[in-house]
Amino acid sequence: MRRIKINEKILSANDLIALENRSIFDHHQALVLNIISSPGSGKTSLIEETLRRLRDKRATVIEGDIAGDLDANRIEPLAPSVLQINTDGSCHLDARMIRSALDHLPEGRIDLILIENVGNLVCPAEFKVGEDHKVVILSVTEGDDKPLKYPLVFQLASVLVINKIDLIPYTDFNLVRFINLTRQINPKIEVIKLSCRTKEGIEDWTQWIRKRLDDKNKG
Amino acid sequence: MHELSVTESLLNIVLKEARHNRCEKVIEVGITIGRLSSFIPDCIEYYFSFLSKGTIAEGAKLKFRIISPVIVCNNCDQEVKISDPFMRCPICGSSNIRLVSGRECYVEYIEVEDEKNKDQ
Repeated sequence: MRRIKINEKILSANDLIALENRSIFDHHQALVLNIISSPGSGKTSLIEETLRRLRDKRATVIEGDIAGDLDANRIEPLAPSVLQINTDGSCHLDARMIRSALDHLPEGRIDLILIENVGNLVCPAEFKVGEDHKVVILSVTEGDDKPLKYPLVFQLASVLVINKIDLIPYTDFNLVRFINLTRQINPKIEVIKLSCRTKEGIEDWTQWIRKRLDDKNKG
Repeated sequence: MHELSVTESLLNIVLKEARHNRCEKVIEVGITIGRLSSFIPDCIEYYFSFLSKGTIAEGAKLKFRIISPVIVCNNCDQEVKISDPFMRCPICGSSNIRLVSGRECYVEYIEVEDEKNKDQ
């Protein structure tokens, strides 16, 4: 019997494909956001609002769902192109799934690619897909303890979107506690509070994207 | 359940290295996992026993080494282990820190039996 040293990252294959995706995104000069949340936190609603307000930008949406195309149908009237990925049971999008969708990207420059990951606060965090930023959405009905229960996604996200803030009076959600917990886990994370239903705060979110687009163009 | 795709990648790496080294059987696989990653060793073990059936890694023992998160504080220059997911220095309380370990997930080694010389 002998021991062979390997020291290879288990997700090295995924990370390599994510790099390949990155070069395709760069070719299109696109800002790419990987949007992660539990089911029902408002990923699709936020994407709809984003597309309504950034009509001057050329956007593509990649929809990840375990099954069906309900979200893609919702987005279709608003986006010049929507690509649907069905993961057939898998709980997250990985770099390979995104890579196969990228063959169907429209030609030329794309300002913004929004990737709606599978509704799940755990698994999608581990898989890079070549994005510029991870965006985590949490809706107030989910509770303010989530950063402690699912720290990884809060650690890796560039921005936290707190959705359904209009419902705070009807819940026990403690906004200050939630933001404090998140900042203890990720001191650099930016926080945006909004409601896709009342539209309060949506402008802050689109400003955040516009700023990232400007940075990208300068960079 | 993302451990399923992680275990597929793990098995691919193990089999690739075993074939490359002309091994007959994989006896043990050493895996290092950081406490801040979200992988659960029990799940990986379960999927591995299922996925490795019929391969030279069938029945291999998985040995997990769990690594605690370590940060370097940019404020007080200390390198220190942290026990919770809070990204702050346990010594001076600063959040100006750098994570140096804790998110690992890699195959460290395999222990194998070599192919017997077929001419003998």
